[in-house]
Amino acid sequence: MSPNAYVVLSAILFSIGLLGFLIRRNVLIAFMSVELMLNSANLAMVAFSYANGTLLGQVGAFFVMVVAACEVVIGLAIIMIIFKTRRSASVDDQNQLKH
Amino acid sequence: MSNSIPLLTILGVLPLAFALIAFVVRGKAGKQLALVGSLVTLAVGVWAFFAAGSGDLSELVPWIPQIGAWYALSLDGMGRAMVLLTVILVPIVLGAEWTLDQKKAEAHAEPRWGGNVFGALALLVEGFALFVFMSADVLLFYIFFEATLIPMFFLITGWGGAKRGRAAMKFLLFSLAGGLVMLFAVIGVYGITAGAGQPSFLIDDFASIPMSETVQKVLFAGFFIAFAVKAPMVPVHTWLPDTAEQALPGATALLVGILDKIGTFGMIRICLGMLPGASLWATPFVVVLAVISIIYGAVLAITSTNLLRLVAYTSVSHFGFMVLGIFAFTTTAMSGSIFYMLAHGFSSAALFLAVGFLLNRRGSVEIADFGGVQQLAPLLAGVFLISGLATLGLPGTANFVGEFSIMTGSWQRQTAAVVIAVLGTVLAAVYVLWAYQRVFTGQPTDAVKQSVTSDLGGREKLVIGPLIALLLLFGFYPQPMINVVEQTASTTMNVVGMTDPLPGSMGGK
Amino acid sequence: MVSLLEIVIPVEATGLFSYAWLMIAIPLVVSAILLLGGKATDAWGHWLGVLGALGSFVVTAVLWIQMLGAPVDQRAVHVPMFDWISVGSLDLKAALLVDQLSILFALLVTGVGSLIFIYSVGYMAHDPNRRRFFAFLNLFIVAMLTLVLADNYALLFVGWEGVGLASYLLIGFWQERHSAALAAKKAFVVNRIGDLGLLLAMFTMVALFGSVNFTEVNQAASSAGSGWLTALGLFLLLAACGKSAQVPLQSWLLDAMEGPTPVSALIHAATMVTAGVYLVVRSHSIYELTAAASLAVCIVGVVTLLAGAWIGSTKDDIKKVLAGSTMSQIGYMMLAAGIGPAGGAFAIFHLFTHGFFKANMFLGAGSVMHAMNDDTDMRHFGALRKVMPWTFITFAIGYLAIIGIPPFAGFYSKDHIVVAAWERGWYFGVLAIVGAGITAFYMTRLMMMTFFGTKRWADGVHPHESPKIMVGPLVVLSIGAAVLGMILNNSIQHWLAPPTGGHPHDAALWEIPWQGWVTLLVVLVGVAIGYLMYRGEISFEQPHTTNPIVYIGRNDLLADKFNDAVFVRGGGKAAAGVAAVDDLLVDGGVRSTATLATSLGGALGKLENGYTRSYGLTMVIGVVVVGAVLILGRLA
Repeated sequence: MSPNAYVVLSAILFSIGLLGFLIRRNVLIAFMSVELMLNSANLAMVAFSYANGTLLGQVGAFFVMVVAACEVVIGLAIIMIIFKTRRSASVDDQNQLKH
Repeated sequence: MSNSIPLLTILGVLPLAFALIAFVVRGKAGKQLALVGSLVTLAVGVWAFFAAGSGDLSELVPWIPQIGAWYALSLDGMGRAMVLLTVILVPIVLGAEWTLDQKKAEAHAEPRWGGNVFGALALLVEGFALFVFMSADVLLFYIFFEATLIPMFFLITGWGGAKRGRAAMKFLLFSLAGGLVMLFAVIGVYGITAGAGQPSFLIDDFASIPMSETVQKVLFAGFFIAFAVKAPMVPVHTWLPDTAEQALPGATALLVGILDKIGTFGMIRICLGMLPGASLWATPFVVVLAVISIIYGAVLAITSTNLLRLVAYTSVSHFGFMVLGIFAFTTTAMSGSIFYMLAHGFSSAALFLAVGFLLNRRGSVEIADFGGVQQLAPLLAGVFLISGLATLGLPGTANFVGEFSIMTGSWQRQTAAVVIAVLGTVLAAVYVLWAYQRVFTGQPTDAVKQSVTSDLGGREKLVIGPLIALLLLFGFYPQPMINVVEQTASTTMNVVGMTDPLPGSMGGK
Repeated sequence: MVSLLEIVIPVEATGLFSYAWLMIAIPLVVSAILLLGGKATDAWGHWLGVLGALGSFVVTAVLWIQMLGAPVDQRAVHVPMFDWISVGSLDLKAALLVDQLSILFALLVTGVGSLIFIYSVGYMAHDPNRRRFFAFLNLFIVAMLTLVLADNYALLFVGWEGVGLASYLLIGFWQERHSAALAAKKAFVVNRIGDLGLLLAMFTMVALFGSVNFTEVNQAASSAGSGWLTALGLFLLLAACGKSAQVPLQSWLLDAMEGPTPVSALIHAATMVTAGVYLVVRSHSIYELTAAASLAVCIVGVVTLLAGAWIGSTKDDIKKVLAGSTMSQIGYMMLAAGIGPAGGAFAIFHLFTHGFFKANMFLGAGSVMHAMNDDTDMRHFGALRKVMPWTFITFAIGYLAIIGIPPFAGFYSKDHIVVAAWERGWYFGVLAIVGAGITAFYMTRLMMMTFFGTKRWADGVHPHESPKIMVGPLVVLSIGAAVLGMILNNSIQHWLAPPTGGHPHDAALWEIPWQGWVTLLVVLVGVAIGYLMYRGEISFEQPHTTNPIVYIGRNDLLADKFNDAVFVRGGGKAAAGVAAVDDLLVDGGVRSTATLATSLGGALGKLENGYTRSYGLTMVIGVVVVGAVLILGRLA
């Protein structure tokens, strides 16, 4: 079975996630877009793994899910603290680390 | 080959060891220890000078065999002269800057560290410079070449004018840039020797290895640029006047008297000794630069209104003479150049020290702040005048011997260059005597009368007396030292494959 | 016109000649003691100084007597001392050549020098730095003797620059005075320009002949090409011009009068300024082979003798008149030296007699200044002959000698030069005679303004005769000025024949050629004009003049104005231009790398703006680029 449809779907999801990250200002939406990108990569890996007949991609997808989970935990914690101190949910407001 | 006592290693390590001690021991005791260290090094240095004349002191120990780096030290004629210069100048500079803990001039900032640190840094400079002069291995040479920059940087930033930080940074970056170019050349040396079979950084082995002309020229350019920055030559000279103006005169005396000589030393030892074909190819370009340096430095010295900048520019001019003498490729000129390195070390140090005495009294080195000093401090005036006369190359001083040998030796091969260079002697008379006239003659102003209250003290006489004596001694009786340096000149002429021009080959009937 | 060159080979020193170096060593030790001893030697320093010159004179006289007794071909003696600089093709030895020419100079330097030293004890009696004065004077003697006794051009150059240094120290002896300090610096720098010539000559000699030794250069001279020989001649002429204040390097001599009068007498009249003539005569074998350079020497001599006379006629400062006169007389000597073997001995003859009468007159001027509270303006003098009889009589003898009245010295020495000049070319002869006339004019003017006429003394000036210690040397020098001409007239040519390559013909004292009569006539006319013009009223202040001749003469032939405009101001602008180039271009280039680094950093720093989304965009662009490269690379 050709993985074409799944790869195309993965590309569309990735683009949506990328655009969402680049365009949306809300921190949580940007975070969700990153998750979307990660999941689209997962989809691509599973599709290719099925097409090649190996298990490498599916195992990789599990790794990505675990890492994504960790990242979400830490990221949400940081966002919480920033929101508590700065009262703002906009990505653009956190630009103190500039030159 | 190697002697029972590794005298050269001891000579190099001794000042480094004393430097460590002087860093640790604070206050006056530290200063005294540093001075003692420099005097001990003086003794060992003089011993090595004479020992190298009668026997072979070279040491050869494998260091990093995988890349062919050796711990190789040796002393030939030029090395002996430079070692002698270094070990004599450092105790004199330490003695001259004995009172550096108080800031001298209104325009100066407070000293950053104590006097013991100055002594320690000066000893570090001495040790690293000695290793540079003794190195017979290019990698060793390079490492110590770069190493000398670090204590010198701290010597400049620690004491002196308000803008000394910037001057020190300029000095460091300029010299490092030159050093970076040389690094590529050093790597190139590895590449060539590895390609020929056995990688080796030894200087003596290199000249006989065949390599393409282009490669030789590229390597030459790499080394030459670094040495031109060090010397300094026009147009890469602008770091020197700024540094001289901001740093303490004693520190500048070390810089100009010892470190700058590494430039011309490297030209002879490495450029001519390892890359003779490329040296011959580059001669027209280098001679033009040398002549430009001579006149340019002299003219800028004439226009200087600051005594320290003036002396710095005279050094630029004199180094032009030295480079001209090196690239004229005759034994006379090359020996004259090496001798001039020694003589100039003494004369520029004497002049810087004399300006330092003026600085300590008046608190300024601007010529406009002086006038009539001779009536208040006649001995100081006499010392300045003698140092100035040596700088302008009066016969009877060591500088004349060097200058005359350079010009006579270069006359047949570089006639036009010598005709222009000899104008430098007239310009030298102008800048020395005009400075003397503005500073010492005439009537002193009230400000001068209040500040210049004492003539040379005992300590000051003790530090500048030996320099004046050496200048006169080598001026009237230079032959023993000439024999020492001529040995290097002949060897280098052999390596380059040039012979002296015969008399009469210039314009026969 | 090349004559047979008989090169003299000196013999090695034996016996007393081995101690010839004592001539130089004695004043050197004295100078060192006086300089290093400091204030402790102030009480007796001046007497030790005099002993320095006297001691040297005694040695010189002894050696001269020895030489008189030696056969002619053994009179040139070579005294080796030590190896100085021997490297590669350069072999310079410190050795002395004591021959007829150098011993004559040494006698002049030490003899006249001793007299001037004795005079200085009195002249500088009130100066607190008298000891230092004598130290510098002895230093001068050392350098001058090194110059004349050296056996090669390099050691001569050591003495050459040494006298330049001594001159600098002595002109600027009163360096509290701004004018004196400036004059000293000017003298040294202008001399240095001349020294260029000697340096270039030495380089050429080493390249052509492999040696700078007089004998070896003389022997090898004919092997060089004519172009290089002419160049050598011109280089040496440049050096001589600098040291002897010949046109175009003459501007320092009049300013040098800022120094104490004994200095003017010794250095700038009798000895140092004659070093140029010595150089030309010593190098006679080179000049004999190059007609162009010899002609140049003659031209320089003739131009200078007229220029000096012009300046001397318009100055009111007694020392400056004498300085102009010195310049002019040396012009005569250079003219004679340029004529070649025929004139060389006469140049030295005139040099010798001039040393006596010019030193005599300078010391006499010093005596007058001493009496007039150090005023040098002749307009403030007048009628001094009754108040200062000894000074007047000795000065008058010098006056008669310089204008060339027989039987005084100048008559014989100048006469020979005029004859030789005439034989060289009638135009040289005419100009020499004209110069003699002008000399008579301005010297008569000096005598009239100073010693005759009415008193024009300023208030508070009570002139009196000088003390014996000053008058004594005046008397001795005037005796020399009186009789030396007659004594040396014939013998000096024979004495100097070997070193100058001349072929002397006997000249009796009463054989005066027709040029001599013509010169005497012109001189008497000059005296008459001077007498008539200056026997009347002379104003106290210098009157303003519209006469261009007087204006140009008063301003040193506008040489200073020219030098100032072209070299000082023009050079200053050029130097300022170079400094601007250094600051803007060269250092600017260095600073521009720093500016480049900071501005590049600033520009790139804008990428770091703190916005996460822009960082994201940068990453995306980067990924796209890398991806494109990989894909395209795969396809290619």
